[in-house]
Amino acid sequence: MATVQEAAPAPLLETPAASGGHQVAAFAIMVLALVVAPFFVYPLFLMKALCFGLFACAFGLLIGYVGLLSFGHAVFLGSAGYVSAHTAKVWGWPPELAILAGTAVAGALGVVIGALAIRSKGIYFANITLAFAQMIYFFCLQAPFTHGEDGIQAVPRGMFLGVLDLRHTLTMYFVVLAIFLVGFLVVYRVIHSPFGQVLKAIRENEPRAVSLGYAAERYKLLAFVLSGTLAGLAGGTKAIVFQLASLTDVHWTMSGEVVLMTLLGGLGTVFGPVVGAFIMITLEHYLAQLGAWVTIVQGLIFVVCVLTFRRGVVGELAQLVRKPL
Amino acid sequence: MSTVFGVPTQALFGQLLIGLINGSFYAMLSLGLSVIFGLLNIINFAHGAQYMMGAFAAYFLLQWSGLGYWWALLVAPVAVGLIGIVLERTMLKRLYHLDHLYGLLLTFGFALVIQGMFRHQFGSSGLPYAMPAQLAGGRNLGFMFLPNYRAWVIVFSLGLCLGTWYVIERTKLGSYLRAATENPSLVQAFGINVPRMVTLTYGFGVALAGVAGVLAAPIYQVNPLMGADLIIVVFAVVVIGGMGSIMGSIVTGFTLGVVEGLTKVFYPEASNTVIFVIMAVVLLFRPTGLFGREK
Repeated sequence: MATVQEAAPAPLLETPAASGGHQVAAFAIMVLALVVAPFFVYPLFLMKALCFGLFACAFGLLIGYVGLLSFGHAVFLGSAGYVSAHTAKVWGWPPELAILAGTAVAGALGVVIGALAIRSKGIYFANITLAFAQMIYFFCLQAPFTHGEDGIQAVPRGMFLGVLDLRHTLTMYFVVLAIFLVGFLVVYRVIHSPFGQVLKAIRENEPRAVSLGYAAERYKLLAFVLSGTLAGLAGGTKAIVFQLASLTDVHWTMSGEVVLMTLLGGLGTVFGPVVGAFIMITLEHYLAQLGAWVTIVQGLIFVVCVLTFRRGVVGELAQLVRKPL
Repeated sequence: MSTVFGVPTQALFGQLLIGLINGSFYAMLSLGLSVIFGLLNIINFAHGAQYMMGAFAAYFLLQWSGLGYWWALLVAPVAVGLIGIVLERTMLKRLYHLDHLYGLLLTFGFALVIQGMFRHQFGSSGLPYAMPAQLAGGRNLGFMFLPNYRAWVIVFSLGLCLGTWYVIERTKLGSYLRAATENPSLVQAFGINVPRMVTLTYGFGVALAGVAGVLAAPIYQVNPLMGADLIIVVFAVVVIGGMGSIMGSIVTGFTLGVVEGLTKVFYPEASNTVIFVIMAVVLLFRPTGLFGREK
C-alpha cells in the first residue's frame, strides 16, 4: 500500500488534500436546500427525487470511479423494494428493519451478480449485468410473494425506531433525507478514501494497478457490492415511502433511467448523480400526462448528452469553477 | 395418444416448432449484433427498435402503396438499413474515438426515441399483418401439423444466416472485413476505405434486424414494443455464443430457441429465465462465451 496515503481516522467530511473546502460548501448548500425544500415543494415529490438521488449516487460510484457501466442496476432497487415491502407488510417488521432487510438482500445479490460479471469489462460487463437483471425481473414477475403485475400494495409505513410516526409526511421526509445523507456521505467517503484511490487507479490503468500488487477484481467486486447495497437502501426506502413495490423498479428501463440521470448530472462527479436525478424526476413529473413523450424526451437527452454534453451539468459547472465537484 | 417422457408428442413437437421459430429470430438478431460488434465494437442497443421498424415498414408498404409481403421482404430491410446508415454517418461515427460505452448509450437513446415515437403514434396494441397467400395453410407431417409460413421462416432465416456466414468467412470481401476487425489502420493503409466499410457493415447489420422484423410481422403482431424485451434475450444469446462470433451467434441462437421451447414443455415456470441461467453457467466456465475468443 505504498502508493496511497493512509487515511487518518478523521471525521466524515475531512478529505485528503486533493479536494478542498468547496465540496464541503457545496454539501452544506445541498443540505440547507433539502431541509428548507419541503416547506415550499410537495414533499412526496422531493422524497421520490431523494430516493432516486441516492440510487444514482450508488450507480455513479460504479461508473464514475470504477469505470464499470452496469446496465442492470434496477435489480438492486427493485428487489430491495420487494423485500422491504414484504417484510413490512406480511411479516410486520418495523420500517428500519424492513429497509435494512431490503438493503441486505440487495447486497447479497450484488455479491452473486458481481462475482459472475466482474471478470468482464466494458460492453461485456454492461451486457451481462443487463441479462442478469432481466433474469431477476422474470423471477419477480412469477414469484408468488411479489404479486406479479399488481406488486405489493398498501405497505404500512409504521413507526421508525419505534418513535417516529412515518404517516406524517414531514417526519417521513426528514427520515428519508437522513437516509439519503448517510448514503451520500458513504459514497463521498469511499471516493475520497485510499480504497477509492485504488478504484480510480484501476479505472485509469488496470494492468498497472495489478502490477503494483492490487487485486483489481476484488476491489471492483467490493465496489460493485457497495453500489448494489446502496441502491438497495434507496429501493427499500422508496418502497416504504410510496407504500408500494412494483415491477417498474426491476425493469430494465429503470436501469436505463439511472444511467441517464448520472450521465446528465455528470460522470465522475460527486454531486452530479443527485442533480441529474432531480432534473429527471422533475421532467418526468411535468411530462407524465404526455405518455410516450417521456420516453422520447429521455431518448433525446441521451443522444444530446452523449454527442455534445458528455461532462454533464455538474461536470460543466466544475469546469467553470475549475474545481472537482 | 403417444407420449415422450410423459408429455404428449403433439405438445412436444408444437413447442419444438415454436422454439425453432424463436430460435430463428434469436439467430438473425444476434447475427446482426455480432456483425456490428465485430467491426464497430459497439453493442447496437437500437437493434430491437430496428427490428420493430422492419415490421412497421412492411405494414406501411401494404397500407400506403399496396405492396405485399414479398416486396416488403425486399424493400423494408433496405429502408431500415438506410436509416441505420444515416444514424451511423451523422452521429455514431463521432464516437469512435471515445470509450465504446458511449456507442451503447447513444444507440440506447435511439431505441428510446424510436420506440417512443411509434408508441405515441400507434399505441401499445398490435396491428395485424396478413400472411402471404402463397404460404397460408400447412401440411400434416403425421406426427404434427406444420404451418407453411413457419417452415418458411425457419428455412429462410437459416439460409440468410449461413449466407452471411459464407460471405464473411469465405469470400474476399469478408476477408477485408475480418482484417479490418483485427487492425483497421493497417487495412486502411492497404488502400481499403475502412470508414465506408464500417458504415456499410452497420447498415447491413441493421438491415438484418429489418428482415427479421418483416418475417415476424405475420406471426406476432406489428407492435411498437415488439423488439424492446426481445432484444435483451438476444443480448444474452450473444453473450453465450461469444460476442462477435458469427457462427457462434447462429448456432446458439437456434439452440437456445429450442432449449427454451423444451423448457416450456418440461418445466414451464423456468421458460423465461432458462436462457439467462445458461448464460450464468457459461460465464462461470467460459467468460468469453462458447465460441468467443479472447480479444
